[in-house]
Amino acid sequence: MNSRIGLIASNTFREAVRDRVLYNLIAFALLMSGASILVGQISIDIERLVVVNLGLTAVSLFGIVIAIFIGIGLVSKEIDRRTLYTVLSRPVRRWEFIVGKFVGLAGTLIVNTFFMAIGVFGALLYVSHHSQASDRWLFAALYFIVLQFLIITSLALLFSSFSSPLMSAVFAFSLFVVGSFAEDLRGFAGLTTGAVRWLATGAAYLVPNFSALNVITSVAHEQPVSGQLIAYNTAYALIYTTMALCGAVLIFERRNLK
Amino acid sequence: MKSSRQTTIVAGVLLVACMAASVILLFKIDKMRTGATLEEVLYVSSPKALKRMSMGYDGLLADIYWTRAVQYFGGRHHAGAKDYNLLGPLLEITTTLDPKLIVAYQYGGNFLAPEPPNGAGMPQAAIELIHYGIQHNPDDWHLFYQLGFIYYMELKDYPRAAEAFARGGGIPGAHPWLKLLAAQMAERSQNIQTARMMWATTFETTNDKAIKYNAAAHLRALQADQDITGLEAAVGRYQQVTGHLPTSFGDLVSAGVLRGTPVDPLGNPYKLTRDGRVELRSPDDFPFVTKGLPPGYVPPEAPKVLPTD
Repeated sequence: MNSRIGLIASNTFREAVRDRVLYNLIAFALLMSGASILVGQISIDIERLVVVNLGLTAVSLFGIVIAIFIGIGLVSKEIDRRTLYTVLSRPVRRWEFIVGKFVGLAGTLIVNTFFMAIGVFGALLYVSHHSQASDRWLFAALYFIVLQFLIITSLALLFSSFSSPLMSAVFAFSLFVVGSFAEDLRGFAGLTTGAVRWLATGAAYLVPNFSALNVITSVAHEQPVSGQLIAYNTAYALIYTTMALCGAVLIFERRNLK
Repeated sequence: MKSSRQTTIVAGVLLVACMAASVILLFKIDKMRTGATLEEVLYVSSPKALKRMSMGYDGLLADIYWTRAVQYFGGRHHAGAKDYNLLGPLLEITTTLDPKLIVAYQYGGNFLAPEPPNGAGMPQAAIELIHYGIQHNPDDWHLFYQLGFIYYMELKDYPRAAEAFARGGGIPGAHPWLKLLAAQMAERSQNIQTARMMWATTFETTNDKAIKYNAAAHLRALQADQDITGLEAAVGRYQQVTGHLPTSFGDLVSAGVLRGTPVDPLGNPYKLTRDGRVELRSPDDFPFVTKGLPPGYVPPEAPKVLPTD
Protein backbone atom coordinates (compact mmCIF):
# COMPACT_ATOMS: atom_id res chain seq x y z
CA MET A 1 0.00 0.00 0.00
CA ASN A 2 1.08 3.54 -0.68
CA SER A 3 2.96 4.68 2.48
CA ARG A 4 1.05 7.99 2.59
CA ILE A 5 -2.25 6.14 2.54
CA GLY A 6 -0.92 3.86 5.27
CA LEU A 7 0.04 6.81 7.46
CA ILE A 8 -3.35 8.48 7.04
CA ALA A 9 -5.05 5.14 7.76
CA SER A 10 -3.06 4.51 10.94
CA ASN A 11 -3.76 8.05 12.15
CA THR A 12 -7.47 7.56 11.48
CA PHE A 13 -7.40 4.30 13.43
CA ARG A 14 -5.58 5.94 16.36
CA GLU A 15 -8.01 8.83 16.33
CA ALA A 16 -10.99 6.48 16.42
CA VAL A 17 -9.48 4.62 19.38
CA ARG A 18 -8.80 7.95 21.15
CA ASP A 19 -12.43 8.89 20.49
CA ARG A 20 -13.35 5.85 22.64
CA VAL A 21 -15.08 4.15 19.73
CA LEU A 22 -14.09 0.74 21.08
CA TYR A 23 -16.02 1.47 24.30
CA ASN A 24 -19.04 0.02 22.48
CA LEU A 25 -17.43 -3.36 23.16
CA ILE A 26 -18.34 -3.01 26.84
CA ALA A 27 -22.01 -2.51 25.99
CA PHE A 28 -21.79 -5.44 23.58
CA ALA A 29 -20.20 -7.70 26.21
CA LEU A 30 -22.95 -6.81 28.70
CA LEU A 31 -25.63 -7.48 26.07
CA MET A 32 -24.24 -10.87 25.13
CA SER A 33 -23.64 -12.12 28.67
CA GLY A 34 -27.07 -10.88 29.80
CA ALA A 35 -28.81 -12.55 26.85
CA SER A 36 -26.95 -15.84 27.34
CA ILE A 37 -27.96 -16.09 30.99
CA LEU A 38 -31.53 -14.84 30.67
CA VAL A 39 -32.79 -16.40 27.47
CA GLY A 40 -32.77 -19.99 28.75
CA GLN A 41 -35.07 -18.93 31.57
CA ILE A 42 -37.71 -17.10 29.56
CA SER A 43 -38.17 -19.17 26.41
CA ILE A 44 -38.12 -22.72 25.08
CA ASP A 45 -35.31 -24.32 23.16
CA ILE A 46 -34.00 -21.25 21.34
CA GLU A 47 -30.96 -20.34 23.45
CA ARG A 48 -28.53 -20.90 20.59
CA LEU A 49 -30.81 -19.16 18.10
CA VAL A 50 -31.17 -16.08 20.28
CA VAL A 51 -27.45 -15.83 20.94
CA VAL A 52 -26.65 -16.09 17.22
CA ASN A 53 -29.45 -13.75 16.12
CA LEU A 54 -28.90 -11.21 18.86
CA GLY A 55 -25.10 -11.40 18.67
CA LEU A 56 -24.80 -10.99 14.91
CA THR A 57 -27.54 -8.34 14.80
CA ALA A 58 -25.70 -6.36 17.51
CA VAL A 59 -22.38 -6.73 15.65
CA SER A 60 -24.05 -5.43 12.51
CA LEU A 61 -25.94 -2.52 14.08
CA PHE A 62 -23.08 -1.37 16.33
CA GLY A 63 -20.74 -1.40 13.33
CA ILE A 64 -23.20 0.40 11.05
CA VAL A 65 -23.70 3.15 13.64
CA ILE A 66 -19.91 3.54 14.10
CA ALA A 67 -19.31 3.49 10.34
CA ILE A 68 -21.90 6.23 9.76
CA PHE A 69 -21.11 8.51 12.66
CA ILE A 70 -17.33 8.28 12.38
CA GLY A 71 -17.39 8.16 8.58
CA ILE A 72 -19.34 11.41 8.18
CA GLY A 73 -16.81 13.29 10.31
CA LEU A 74 -13.70 12.02 8.61
CA VAL A 75 -13.49 14.89 6.13
CA SER A 76 -15.52 17.63 7.82
CA LYS A 77 -13.61 17.36 11.10
CA GLU A 78 -10.32 17.80 9.30
CA ILE A 79 -11.70 20.91 7.57
CA ASP A 80 -13.15 22.35 10.80
CA ARG A 81 -9.89 21.83 12.67
CA ARG A 82 -7.96 23.06 9.64
CA THR A 83 -5.68 20.02 9.86
CA LEU A 84 -6.67 19.12 6.29
CA TYR A 85 -4.71 22.09 4.95
CA THR A 86 -1.60 20.92 6.79
CA VAL A 87 -2.01 17.44 5.34
CA LEU A 88 -2.67 18.60 1.78
CA SER A 89 0.20 21.11 1.87
CA ARG A 90 2.48 18.08 2.09
CA PRO A 91 2.97 15.75 -0.90
CA VAL A 92 -0.34 14.02 -0.25
CA ARG A 93 -2.90 13.84 -3.02
CA ARG A 94 -6.57 14.32 -2.28
CA TRP A 95 -7.49 10.84 -3.41
CA GLU A 96 -4.83 9.41 -1.08
CA PHE A 97 -6.41 11.31 1.78
CA ILE A 98 -9.85 9.85 0.99
CA VAL A 99 -8.57 6.30 0.54
CA GLY A 100 -6.39 6.55 3.68
CA LYS A 101 -9.35 7.73 5.74
CA PHE A 102 -11.45 4.86 4.38
CA VAL A 103 -8.79 2.24 5.14
CA GLY A 104 -8.32 3.61 8.68
CA LEU A 105 -12.01 3.46 9.54
CA ALA A 106 -12.44 0.06 7.85
CA GLY A 107 -9.53 -1.21 9.98
CA THR A 108 -11.18 0.15 13.13
CA LEU A 109 -14.41 -1.62 12.25
CA ILE A 110 -12.65 -4.90 11.49
CA VAL A 111 -10.84 -4.82 14.86
CA ASN A 112 -14.13 -3.97 16.56
CA THR A 113 -15.89 -6.84 14.76
CA PHE A 114 -13.08 -9.23 15.72
CA PHE A 115 -13.60 -8.57 19.43
CA MET A 116 -17.40 -8.74 19.09
CA ALA A 117 -17.07 -12.05 17.25
CA ILE A 118 -15.08 -13.42 20.19
CA GLY A 119 -17.99 -12.31 22.40
CA VAL A 120 -20.55 -14.06 20.18
CA PHE A 121 -18.59 -17.32 20.11
CA GLY A 122 -18.00 -17.11 23.89
CA ALA A 123 -21.73 -16.67 24.55
CA LEU A 124 -22.51 -19.49 22.12
CA LEU A 125 -20.12 -21.80 23.91
CA TYR A 126 -21.75 -20.83 27.20
CA VAL A 127 -25.28 -21.74 26.08
CA SER A 128 -24.43 -24.79 23.89
CA HIS A 129 -21.52 -26.15 26.01
CA HIS A 130 -19.83 -27.30 22.81
CA SER A 131 -19.01 -26.08 19.34
CA GLN A 132 -20.50 -27.71 16.24
CA ALA A 133 -19.59 -27.96 12.59
CA SER A 134 -22.32 -25.52 11.52
CA ASP A 135 -20.71 -22.79 13.65
CA ARG A 136 -18.34 -22.16 10.78
CA TRP A 137 -21.16 -20.48 8.86
CA LEU A 138 -21.11 -17.78 11.53
CA PHE A 139 -17.77 -16.73 10.07
CA ALA A 140 -19.48 -16.26 6.70
CA ALA A 141 -22.19 -14.12 8.33
CA LEU A 142 -19.54 -12.06 10.16
CA TYR A 143 -17.60 -11.69 6.91
CA PHE A 144 -20.73 -10.40 5.16
CA ILE A 145 -21.25 -7.94 8.01
CA VAL A 146 -17.71 -6.63 7.46
CA LEU A 147 -18.54 -6.25 3.75
CA GLN A 148 -21.59 -4.19 4.77
CA PHE A 149 -19.30 -1.97 6.85
CA LEU A 150 -17.02 -1.39 3.86
CA ILE A 151 -19.95 -0.25 1.74
CA ILE A 152 -21.51 1.97 4.39
CA THR A 153 -18.14 3.54 5.29
CA SER A 154 -17.47 4.41 1.67
CA LEU A 155 -20.97 5.88 1.38
CA ALA A 156 -20.49 7.95 4.53
CA LEU A 157 -17.24 9.26 3.06
CA LEU A 158 -18.96 10.01 -0.25
CA PHE A 159 -21.70 12.05 1.43
CA SER A 160 -19.28 13.81 3.77
CA SER A 161 -17.24 14.92 0.78
CA PHE A 162 -19.98 17.35 -0.29
CA SER A 163 -22.50 17.63 2.56
CA SER A 164 -22.74 18.63 6.20
CA PRO A 165 -22.18 15.90 8.84
CA LEU A 166 -25.85 15.83 9.84
CA MET A 167 -27.11 15.49 6.29
CA SER A 168 -24.41 12.93 5.52
CA ALA A 169 -25.60 10.82 8.46
CA VAL A 170 -29.19 11.06 7.25
CA PHE A 171 -28.22 10.12 3.69
CA ALA A 172 -26.02 7.21 4.77
CA PHE A 173 -28.57 5.80 7.20
CA SER A 174 -31.37 6.20 4.65
CA LEU A 175 -29.33 4.30 2.08
CA PHE A 176 -28.70 1.58 4.63
CA VAL A 177 -32.45 1.22 5.26
CA VAL A 178 -33.28 1.34 1.54
CA GLY A 179 -30.47 -1.10 0.78
CA SER A 180 -31.90 -3.55 3.29
CA PHE A 181 -35.01 -3.66 1.10
CA ALA A 182 -33.02 -3.78 -2.12
CA GLU A 183 -34.46 -7.11 -3.23
CA ASP A 184 -38.01 -5.89 -2.61
CA LEU A 185 -37.23 -2.71 -4.52
CA ARG A 186 -36.16 -4.70 -7.54
CA GLY A 187 -39.36 -6.71 -7.19
CA PHE A 188 -41.43 -3.52 -7.15
CA ALA A 189 -39.52 -2.18 -10.14
CA GLY A 190 -40.45 -5.33 -12.03
CA LEU A 191 -44.14 -4.51 -11.56
CA THR A 192 -43.97 -1.11 -13.23
CA THR A 193 -44.14 -0.39 -16.96
CA GLY A 194 -42.70 2.05 -19.50
CA ALA A 195 -40.33 4.85 -18.48
CA VAL A 196 -41.19 4.40 -14.82
CA ARG A 197 -39.92 0.87 -15.08
CA TRP A 198 -36.56 2.04 -16.42
CA LEU A 199 -36.27 4.68 -13.71
CA ALA A 200 -37.35 2.35 -10.92
CA THR A 201 -35.09 -0.45 -12.11
CA GLY A 202 -32.15 1.94 -12.40
CA ALA A 203 -32.72 3.24 -8.88
CA ALA A 204 -33.20 -0.28 -7.52
CA TYR A 205 -29.87 -1.38 -8.97
CA LEU A 206 -28.04 1.74 -7.84
CA VAL A 207 -28.81 1.42 -4.12
CA PRO A 208 -26.46 -0.88 -2.21
CA ASN A 209 -27.76 -4.42 -1.93
CA PHE A 210 -27.57 -5.07 1.81
CA SER A 211 -30.24 -7.78 1.78
CA ALA A 212 -27.95 -10.35 0.13
CA LEU A 213 -25.30 -9.52 2.74
CA ASN A 214 -27.58 -10.43 5.61
CA VAL A 215 -27.51 -14.19 6.25
CA ILE A 216 -27.94 -13.98 10.02
CA THR A 217 -31.25 -15.86 10.12
CA SER A 218 -30.09 -18.68 7.87
CA VAL A 219 -26.84 -19.29 9.76
CA ALA A 220 -28.78 -19.18 13.03
CA HIS A 221 -30.64 -22.19 11.61
CA GLU A 222 -27.35 -23.85 10.72
CA GLN A 223 -27.99 -23.41 7.00
CA PRO A 224 -24.80 -23.36 4.94
CA VAL A 225 -23.73 -20.31 2.95
CA SER A 226 -22.74 -21.20 -0.59
CA GLY A 227 -19.21 -20.46 -1.78
CA GLN A 228 -20.73 -18.84 -4.85
CA LEU A 229 -22.68 -16.36 -2.75
CA ILE A 230 -19.52 -15.56 -0.76
CA ALA A 231 -17.64 -14.94 -4.00
CA TYR A 232 -20.39 -12.81 -5.55
CA ASN A 233 -20.97 -10.81 -2.38
CA THR A 234 -17.25 -10.19 -1.99
CA ALA A 235 -16.95 -8.99 -5.57
CA TYR A 236 -20.10 -6.89 -5.25
CA ALA A 237 -19.05 -5.23 -1.98
CA LEU A 238 -15.56 -4.43 -3.26
CA ILE A 239 -16.92 -3.06 -6.52
CA TYR A 240 -19.60 -0.99 -4.81
CA THR A 241 -17.08 0.34 -2.28
CA THR A 242 -14.69 1.28 -5.09
CA MET A 243 -17.57 2.98 -6.91
CA ALA A 244 -18.52 5.08 -3.84
CA LEU A 245 -14.88 5.93 -3.15
CA CYS A 246 -14.43 7.00 -6.79
CA GLY A 247 -17.46 9.27 -6.35
CA ALA A 248 -15.96 10.71 -3.16
CA VAL A 249 -12.60 11.25 -4.87
CA LEU A 250 -14.24 12.93 -7.89
CA ILE A 251 -16.14 15.37 -5.67
CA PHE A 252 -13.26 15.98 -3.28
CA GLU A 253 -10.85 16.63 -6.15
CA ARG A 254 -13.08 19.46 -7.40
CA ARG A 255 -14.01 20.83 -4.01
CA ASN A 256 -12.84 24.35 -3.26
CA LEU A 257 -11.21 24.19 0.16
CA LYS A 258 -10.25 27.86 0.36
CA MET B 1 -3.38 20.39 -12.07
CA LYS B 2 -2.39 17.77 -14.56
CA SER B 3 -2.25 15.14 -11.79
CA SER B 4 -5.71 16.19 -10.54
CA ARG B 5 -7.12 15.83 -14.04
CA GLN B 6 -5.56 12.39 -14.32
CA THR B 7 -7.12 11.36 -10.99
CA THR B 8 -10.51 12.67 -12.14
CA ILE B 9 -10.37 10.67 -15.36
CA VAL B 10 -9.25 7.46 -13.63
CA ALA B 11 -11.86 7.84 -10.87
CA GLY B 12 -14.58 8.65 -13.40
CA VAL B 13 -13.81 5.64 -15.60
CA LEU B 14 -13.53 3.40 -12.54
CA LEU B 15 -16.85 4.67 -11.22
CA VAL B 16 -18.69 3.88 -14.44
CA ALA B 17 -17.01 0.47 -14.74
CA CYS B 18 -17.86 -0.38 -11.13
CA MET B 19 -21.46 0.71 -11.61
CA ALA B 20 -21.82 -1.61 -14.61
CA ALA B 21 -20.08 -4.47 -12.78
CA SER B 22 -22.27 -4.04 -9.68
CA VAL B 23 -25.44 -4.30 -11.79
CA ILE B 24 -24.16 -7.50 -13.46
CA LEU B 25 -23.29 -8.96 -10.06
CA LEU B 26 -26.70 -8.06 -8.67
CA PHE B 27 -28.34 -9.96 -11.52
CA LYS B 28 -26.28 -13.00 -10.57
CA ILE B 29 -26.99 -12.64 -6.84
CA ASP B 30 -30.73 -12.28 -7.53
CA LYS B 31 -30.66 -15.46 -9.60
CA MET B 32 -29.09 -17.30 -6.69
CA ARG B 33 -31.43 -15.95 -4.04
CA THR B 34 -34.85 -17.30 -4.86
CA GLY B 35 -36.15 -16.30 -1.41
CA ALA B 36 -36.75 -12.73 -2.49
CA THR B 37 -39.88 -13.45 -4.48
CA LEU B 38 -42.16 -11.09 -6.28
CA GLU B 39 -45.19 -12.62 -4.60
CA GLU B 40 -43.82 -11.67 -1.21
CA VAL B 41 -43.94 -7.96 -1.98
CA LEU B 42 -47.49 -8.19 -3.36
CA TYR B 43 -49.12 -9.36 -0.16
CA VAL B 44 -49.04 -6.93 2.70
CA SER B 45 -50.67 -8.55 5.69
CA SER B 46 -49.69 -7.80 9.24
CA PRO B 47 -46.96 -10.46 9.74
CA LYS B 48 -45.43 -9.67 6.38
CA ALA B 49 -45.43 -5.94 7.09
CA LEU B 50 -43.66 -6.75 10.33
CA LYS B 51 -41.13 -8.82 8.45
CA ARG B 52 -40.33 -5.81 6.29
CA MET B 53 -40.08 -3.53 9.29
CA SER B 54 -37.54 -5.90 10.79
CA MET B 55 -35.10 -4.81 8.05
CA GLY B 56 -33.63 -8.24 7.61
CA TYR B 57 -33.34 -8.87 11.34
CA ASP B 58 -36.44 -11.04 11.15
CA GLY B 59 -34.74 -13.94 12.94
CA LEU B 60 -34.30 -11.88 16.07
CA LEU B 61 -37.87 -10.58 15.85
CA ALA B 62 -39.17 -14.13 15.37
CA ASP B 63 -37.35 -15.20 18.54
CA ILE B 64 -38.99 -12.31 20.37
CA TYR B 65 -42.45 -13.27 19.05
CA TRP B 66 -41.92 -16.94 19.86
CA THR B 67 -40.96 -15.96 23.40
CA ARG B 68 -44.11 -13.82 23.57
CA ALA B 69 -46.20 -16.77 22.36
CA VAL B 70 -44.68 -19.02 25.04
CA GLN B 71 -45.21 -16.38 27.72
CA TYR B 72 -48.79 -15.78 26.56
CA PHE B 73 -49.72 -19.46 26.50
CA GLY B 74 -47.97 -20.12 29.82
CA GLY B 75 -49.71 -17.18 31.47
CA ARG B 76 -53.17 -18.09 30.17
CA HIS B 77 -52.70 -21.77 30.97
CA HIS B 78 -51.55 -20.97 34.49
CA ALA B 79 -54.62 -18.77 34.95
CA GLY B 80 -56.90 -21.64 33.78
CA ALA B 81 -58.14 -19.55 30.84
CA LYS B 82 -60.42 -21.09 28.23
CA ASP B 83 -59.64 -18.73 25.37
CA TYR B 84 -56.30 -18.19 23.71
CA ASN B 85 -57.28 -15.62 21.09
CA LEU B 86 -53.82 -14.16 20.61
CA LEU B 87 -52.04 -17.48 20.32
CA GLY B 88 -52.86 -18.05 16.65
CA PRO B 89 -51.73 -14.58 15.48
CA LEU B 90 -48.59 -14.74 17.63
CA LEU B 91 -47.60 -18.06 16.10
CA GLU B 92 -48.47 -16.82 12.62
CA ILE B 93 -46.23 -13.78 13.06
CA THR B 94 -43.45 -15.91 14.54
CA THR B 95 -43.46 -18.40 11.71
CA THR B 96 -43.87 -15.76 9.02
CA LEU B 97 -40.84 -13.95 10.38
CA ASP B 98 -38.85 -17.15 10.61
CA PRO B 99 -40.38 -20.09 8.73
CA LYS B 100 -37.50 -22.33 9.79
CA LEU B 101 -38.26 -22.04 13.50
CA ILE B 102 -39.23 -25.70 13.95
CA VAL B 103 -39.93 -25.41 17.68
CA ALA B 104 -42.69 -22.90 16.93
CA TYR B 105 -44.54 -25.53 14.87
CA GLN B 106 -43.84 -28.41 17.25
CA TYR B 107 -44.77 -26.70 20.50
CA GLY B 108 -47.16 -24.27 18.81
CA GLY B 109 -49.16 -27.20 17.45
CA ASN B 110 -49.29 -28.67 20.94
CA PHE B 111 -50.47 -25.36 22.38
CA LEU B 112 -53.18 -24.86 19.75
CA ALA B 113 -54.68 -28.32 19.27
CA PRO B 114 -55.79 -29.76 22.66
CA GLU B 115 -59.10 -28.78 24.18
CA PRO B 116 -59.01 -26.16 26.98
CA PRO B 117 -57.62 -26.07 29.61
CA ASN B 118 -54.75 -28.07 28.10
CA GLY B 119 -54.66 -26.02 24.91
CA ALA B 120 -56.49 -23.52 22.79
CA GLY B 121 -58.89 -26.11 21.34
CA MET B 122 -58.05 -25.07 17.78
CA PRO B 123 -56.88 -28.26 16.05
CA GLN B 124 -57.59 -26.84 12.57
CA ALA B 125 -55.40 -23.81 13.31
CA ALA B 126 -52.71 -26.19 14.55
CA ILE B 127 -52.94 -28.20 11.34
CA GLU B 128 -52.69 -25.04 9.22
CA LEU B 129 -49.66 -23.94 11.21
CA ILE B 130 -47.92 -27.28 10.73
CA HIS B 131 -48.81 -27.39 7.05
CA TYR B 132 -47.15 -23.97 6.74
CA GLY B 133 -44.14 -25.40 8.55
CA ILE B 134 -44.00 -28.40 6.22
CA GLN B 135 -44.20 -26.10 3.20
CA HIS B 136 -41.04 -24.35 4.38
CA ASN B 137 -39.32 -27.36 5.93
CA PRO B 138 -40.32 -30.31 3.75
CA ASP B 139 -37.37 -32.39 4.95
CA ASP B 140 -38.19 -32.26 8.64
CA TRP B 141 -40.00 -35.42 9.69
CA HIS B 142 -40.87 -34.02 13.14
CA LEU B 143 -43.50 -31.81 11.54
CA PHE B 144 -45.18 -34.74 9.79
CA TYR B 145 -45.14 -36.62 13.09
CA GLN B 146 -46.75 -33.63 14.80
CA LEU B 147 -49.36 -33.41 12.05
CA GLY B 148 -50.20 -37.10 12.26
CA PHE B 149 -50.35 -36.86 16.02
CA ILE B 150 -52.93 -34.05 15.90
CA TYR B 151 -55.04 -35.85 13.29
CA TYR B 152 -54.98 -38.97 15.43
CA MET B 153 -55.34 -37.56 18.94
CA GLU B 154 -57.58 -34.55 18.39
CA LEU B 155 -59.55 -35.28 15.24
CA LYS B 156 -59.53 -39.11 15.12
CA ASP B 157 -58.92 -38.73 11.41
CA TYR B 158 -57.06 -41.98 10.79
CA PRO B 159 -56.60 -41.72 7.00
CA ARG B 160 -55.02 -38.26 7.30
CA ALA B 161 -52.93 -39.37 10.27
CA ALA B 162 -51.73 -42.33 8.27
CA GLU B 163 -50.86 -40.06 5.34
CA ALA B 164 -48.89 -37.67 7.56
CA PHE B 165 -46.97 -40.47 9.29
CA ALA B 166 -46.24 -42.13 5.96
CA ARG B 167 -44.90 -38.88 4.43
CA GLY B 168 -42.77 -38.23 7.51
CA GLY B 169 -41.53 -41.82 7.56
CA GLY B 170 -40.30 -41.44 3.98
CA ILE B 171 -37.90 -38.61 4.91
CA PRO B 172 -34.29 -39.74 5.29
CA GLY B 173 -33.32 -39.87 8.96
CA ALA B 174 -36.94 -40.06 10.16
CA HIS B 175 -37.66 -42.09 13.24
CA PRO B 176 -38.39 -45.68 12.18
CA TRP B 177 -41.61 -45.79 14.16
CA LEU B 178 -43.27 -43.33 11.80
CA LYS B 179 -43.76 -46.02 9.19
CA LEU B 180 -45.24 -48.33 11.79
CA LEU B 181 -47.58 -45.60 12.97
CA ALA B 182 -48.64 -44.94 9.41
CA ALA B 183 -49.58 -48.54 8.83
CA GLN B 184 -51.40 -48.76 12.15
CA MET B 185 -53.43 -45.67 11.26
CA ALA B 186 -54.30 -47.18 7.90
CA GLU B 187 -55.49 -50.37 9.59
CA ARG B 188 -57.70 -48.36 11.89
CA SER B 189 -59.08 -46.55 8.89
CA GLN B 190 -60.02 -49.99 7.57
CA ASN B 191 -58.24 -49.41 4.31
CA ILE B 192 -56.51 -52.78 3.89
CA GLN B 193 -54.74 -51.93 0.64
CA THR B 194 -53.15 -48.80 2.13
CA ALA B 195 -52.19 -50.67 5.27
CA ARG B 196 -50.67 -53.50 3.21
CA MET B 197 -48.69 -50.98 1.15
CA MET B 198 -47.43 -49.17 4.23
CA TRP B 199 -46.45 -52.33 6.07
CA ALA B 200 -44.73 -53.66 2.95
CA THR B 201 -42.78 -50.39 2.64
CA THR B 202 -41.84 -50.63 6.28
CA PHE B 203 -40.75 -54.22 5.81
CA GLU B 204 -38.64 -53.40 2.78
CA THR B 205 -37.00 -50.22 4.00
CA THR B 206 -36.22 -50.94 7.64
CA ASN B 207 -32.96 -52.40 8.83
CA ASP B 208 -34.28 -52.97 12.32
CA LYS B 209 -35.09 -56.66 12.94
CA ALA B 210 -37.86 -56.06 15.46
CA ILE B 211 -39.58 -53.62 13.11
CA LYS B 212 -39.20 -56.06 10.21
CA TYR B 213 -40.78 -58.91 12.22
CA ASN B 214 -43.55 -56.63 13.33
CA ALA B 215 -44.23 -55.49 9.75
CA ALA B 216 -44.26 -59.11 8.55
CA ALA B 217 -46.74 -60.07 11.27
CA HIS B 218 -49.02 -57.21 10.23
CA LEU B 219 -48.74 -58.20 6.55
CA ARG B 220 -49.63 -61.81 7.42
CA ALA B 221 -52.61 -60.62 9.48
CA LEU B 222 -53.84 -58.43 6.62
CA GLN B 223 -53.46 -61.33 4.19
CA ALA B 224 -55.32 -63.70 6.53
CA ASP B 225 -58.12 -61.17 7.01
CA GLN B 226 -58.48 -60.80 3.24
CA ASP B 227 -58.30 -64.62 2.67
CA ILE B 228 -60.92 -65.36 5.29
CA THR B 229 -63.28 -62.70 3.93
CA GLY B 230 -62.93 -64.20 0.46
CA LEU B 231 -63.33 -67.81 1.68
CA GLU B 232 -66.44 -67.00 3.68
CA ALA B 233 -67.89 -65.31 0.60
CA ALA B 234 -67.10 -68.50 -1.37
CA VAL B 235 -68.89 -70.58 1.27
CA GLY B 236 -71.89 -68.26 0.93
CA ARG B 237 -71.92 -68.69 -2.85
CA TYR B 238 -71.69 -72.51 -2.45
CA GLN B 239 -74.62 -72.47 -0.04
CA GLN B 240 -76.68 -70.37 -2.46
CA VAL B 241 -76.09 -72.85 -5.28
CA THR B 242 -76.43 -76.14 -3.33
CA GLY B 243 -78.77 -75.12 -0.56
CA HIS B 244 -76.45 -76.41 2.17
CA LEU B 245 -73.13 -75.60 3.79
CA PRO B 246 -69.97 -77.39 2.66
CA THR B 247 -68.52 -79.95 5.10
CA SER B 248 -64.94 -79.29 3.98
CA PHE B 249 -62.95 -77.17 1.54
CA GLY B 250 -62.90 -80.30 -0.67
CA ASP B 251 -66.60 -79.66 -1.41
CA LEU B 252 -65.76 -76.16 -2.61
CA VAL B 253 -62.93 -77.47 -4.81
CA SER B 254 -65.22 -80.17 -6.29
CA ALA B 255 -67.84 -77.53 -7.02
CA GLY B 256 -65.21 -75.40 -8.80
CA VAL B 257 -65.52 -72.53 -6.32
CA LEU B 258 -61.91 -72.97 -5.16
CA ARG B 259 -58.87 -74.23 -7.04
CA GLY B 260 -57.35 -76.07 -4.05
CA THR B 261 -57.28 -76.31 -0.28
CA PRO B 262 -56.59 -72.80 1.00
CA VAL B 263 -53.68 -72.22 3.35
CA ASP B 264 -52.90 -69.30 5.63
CA PRO B 265 -49.80 -67.06 5.10
CA LEU B 266 -47.76 -69.45 7.29
CA GLY B 267 -48.71 -72.42 5.10
CA ASN B 268 -51.22 -74.05 7.47
CA PRO B 269 -54.62 -75.00 5.99
CA TYR B 270 -57.57 -72.90 7.09
CA LYS B 271 -60.25 -74.64 9.15
CA LEU B 272 -63.86 -74.70 7.94
CA THR B 273 -66.33 -74.98 10.85
CA ARG B 274 -69.70 -76.70 10.72
CA ASP B 275 -71.51 -73.39 10.73
CA GLY B 276 -69.63 -72.25 7.61
CA ARG B 277 -67.07 -69.98 9.30
CA VAL B 278 -63.42 -70.03 8.32
CA GLU B 279 -60.91 -70.10 11.18
CA LEU B 280 -57.16 -70.02 11.62
CA ARG B 281 -55.61 -73.24 12.96
CA SER B 282 -53.05 -71.37 15.06
CA PRO B 283 -54.46 -67.91 15.81
CA ASP B 284 -51.63 -67.20 18.28
CA ASP B 285 -49.30 -66.94 15.27
CA PHE B 286 -51.41 -64.04 13.93
CA PRO B 287 -51.37 -61.45 16.73
CA PHE B 288 -52.88 -58.62 14.63
CA VAL B 289 -55.59 -60.58 12.80
CA THR B 290 -59.21 -59.45 13.15
CA LYS B 291 -61.00 -62.38 11.42
CA GLY B 292 -60.89 -66.19 11.67
CA LEU B 293 -60.60 -66.28 15.45
CA PRO B 294 -62.41 -69.07 17.32
CA PRO B 295 -65.33 -67.89 19.49
CA GLY B 296 -64.14 -66.81 22.92
CA TYR B 297 -60.54 -66.73 21.78
CA VAL B 298 -58.24 -64.91 24.26
CA PRO B 299 -54.97 -63.74 22.73
CA PRO B 300 -51.73 -64.21 24.70
CA GLU B 301 -50.67 -61.23 26.81
CA ALA B 302 -47.48 -60.77 24.82
CA PRO B 303 -48.19 -60.91 21.09
CA LYS B 304 -46.29 -63.68 19.38
CA VAL B 305 -44.26 -62.05 16.59
CA LEU B 306 -42.56 -64.73 14.53
CA PRO B 307 -39.19 -64.20 12.85
CA THR B 308 -39.69 -63.74 9.16
CA ASP B 309 -37.96 -65.39 6.28
